[in-house]
Amino acid sequence: MEVRVANVRKEFERFPALRDVSLDIKSGELIALLGPSGSGKTTLLRLIAGLERPTRGKIFFGEEDASQKSIQERNVGFVFQHYALFRHMTVADNIGFGLKVRHGPSRPSAKEIRRRASELLNLVQLSGLEKRYPAQLSGGQRQRVALARAMAIEPAVLLLDEPFGALDAQVRRELRRWLRDIHDATGHTTVFVTHDQEEALELADRVVVMSQGRIEQVGTADEIYDTPNSPFVYGFIGESSSLPVKVEDGQVWIADRPIGLSAPHAPQGEATLFFRPHDVDLVEECNGCIAGTVAASRRVAGTRRVELEIGGERQRVEIELPVDHPAAQKTRVAFRPRRWKLFPAA
Amino acid sequence: MADPEIKSYAPHHESQSPAVTESRTARTVLMIVTFAFLGIFLLLPLIIVFKEAFAKGIEAYTQALSEPDTRSAIRLTLLVAAISVPLNVTFGISAAWAIAKFEFKGKAFLTTLIDLPFSVSPVISGLVYVLLFGAQGLLGAWLKAHGIVILFAVPGIVLATVFVTFPFVARELIPLMQEQGNGDEEAALSLGANGWQAFWYVTLPNVKWGLLYGVLLCNARAMGEFGAVSVVSGHIRGLTNTMPLHVEILYNEYNAAAAFAVASLLAGLALVTLVLKTLLEMRYGAEIAATRGH
Ligand SMILES: Nc1ncnc2c1ncn2[C@@H]1O[C@H](COP(=O)(O)OP(=O)(O)OP(=O)(O)O)[C@@H](O)[C@H]1O
Ligand SMILES: [Mg+2]
Repeated sequence: MEVRVANVRKEFERFPALRDVSLDIKSGELIALLGPSGSGKTTLLRLIAGLERPTRGKIFFGEEDASQKSIQERNVGFVFQHYALFRHMTVADNIGFGLKVRHGPSRPSAKEIRRRASELLNLVQLSGLEKRYPAQLSGGQRQRVALARAMAIEPAVLLLDEPFGALDAQVRRELRRWLRDIHDATGHTTVFVTHDQEEALELADRVVVMSQGRIEQVGTADEIYDTPNSPFVYGFIGESSSLPVKVEDGQVWIADRPIGLSAPHAPQGEATLFFRPHDVDLVEECNGCIAGTVAASRRVAGTRRVELEIGGERQRVEIELPVDHPAAQKTRVAFRPRRWKLFPAA
Repeated sequence: MADPEIKSYAPHHESQSPAVTESRTARTVLMIVTFAFLGIFLLLPLIIVFKEAFAKGIEAYTQALSEPDTRSAIRLTLLVAAISVPLNVTFGISAAWAIAKFEFKGKAFLTTLIDLPFSVSPVISGLVYVLLFGAQGLLGAWLKAHGIVILFAVPGIVLATVFVTFPFVARELIPLMQEQGNGDEEAALSLGANGWQAFWYVTLPNVKWGLLYGVLLCNARAMGEFGAVSVVSGHIRGLTNTMPLHVEILYNEYNAAAAFAVASLLAGLALVTLVLKTLLEMRYGAEIAATRGH
């Protein structure tokens, strides 16, 4: 099922949690909502589910306007951050709940419900745990039961709020791969919220980066990482270093020296230069480069990170060096970003 | 000098922080005071009630209880409890639901209002009904014209009892429901349940122990209420006397044995309630937010 969010605004007692958000979700897509705490991810997810009503704007399921439909009518599978499993029901009863509360002919027989529950437990690799209670499961198992329960109603869209948020790193990685497999097997249109960028970039077909109630950028992992379209995305996704610079005569300047980067199309004036710490070329002698003194150095796995103080303002930037690179020992290092981007100063 | 100090920090009090560990003498004194107090003011009266009740033997005891006026008082008490407890369960659940799960103006006020019967003397509660429904009361003339009798009759007693017992269930459920939040209900709704199904299959089972606990306390109070009921009942023997009122009448007539016989039933009820309450707390202490003083 395609989902279209059209110009949605959501206010809580006048506080805008979402401001004019539009998003097209393709049928069968696995899409991640990524952003810092308070950026409106959960709010957007709850709006799609129908747990909240938009202050303005509409949400379409396929061609149909779903904005005024109740959550029951929308037929969405929602997996809550803390699972919200019914603690007094067994695993099988939890999974069968959505079928049991149906009315009339669409309600399967008790036997059929049990069969469906077992089938889904099988899918989430928990066969044999039908009779357990949620309290008797590990965090990862609860997570999977919650997903099975949401899938039992054959939802039009699957919505997951920080599905792995409460789990430790090891289990997270396992479940991540597993969710991808399940998604590929069942083909549900799936939206999941996360503030773990590694998770979003690795798992999702497309990533929606949010900040302060707005969508900053939507794209594949490559697009988001390689061509961030705003200072926020550059800073938020992956590691980045930034420096205040000046654009003049199609050249990038730091203080009164050009740094050897030409920007013929950038607007004149103050700007901020962004680059990735690992995406730099070290240069020997500096005519047209960025040079600084090493202020700090630390070992990160197979590389070394050095923090440089640049120019009279003593701006700090971080770059990455091979561990055995001689420059790492020097106090003065000169480099030039290989890939970089300029944003006009705010 | 140092010796007693060291003793007071002996390892078997590890669970207490050293700062609050009093010296052994202080602790012993406190315990003695507490137990003496409990013994004199709670246990002793209870023993006396039963001793007096059986002072003239089992026969006199059963005879006192089978006396028609006494039986009528027992029946009335059961009736009043049977009406007011379900009413307050309904009210308590609705109020707790509204307060715990919705945001609305005047919520704090409503919460305070629920506690009113605890903070006002039961006699005043009774008097309010007299002022409302009495012959000279606000609605007195209208009621009389329509032939409706409330005061000095069963309806008045039920109303007064409902009033004094209505915080019990609500107060038990509000913190419980607040703590549980909306998550489970939202999950139920997202799975297609309607509001009633969400309540029946999810909310109610989640609070059942707290609810039972509230019902227990509500029932004990409904059967034992004296002040408010005394004002509105009119003390008509065999008609509007509940057990507590009947005890007083018998006692005033110097019929101590009968008075204590009926009193022993109430005391028995209190004991049963206490035992059940303790069992519930032991078993479901975490679910019953047992931090409030009853
Ligand atoms: N029910 C509510 N009432 C008032 N404000 C709310 C409510 N729900 C969310 N907000 C506010 O809306 C903003 C967005 O919240 P939201 O829960 O969508 O953030 P989020 O991106 O999911 O953050 P997190 O990663 O911390 O879960 C926050 O500032 C939050 O305080
Ligand atoms: Mg959230």
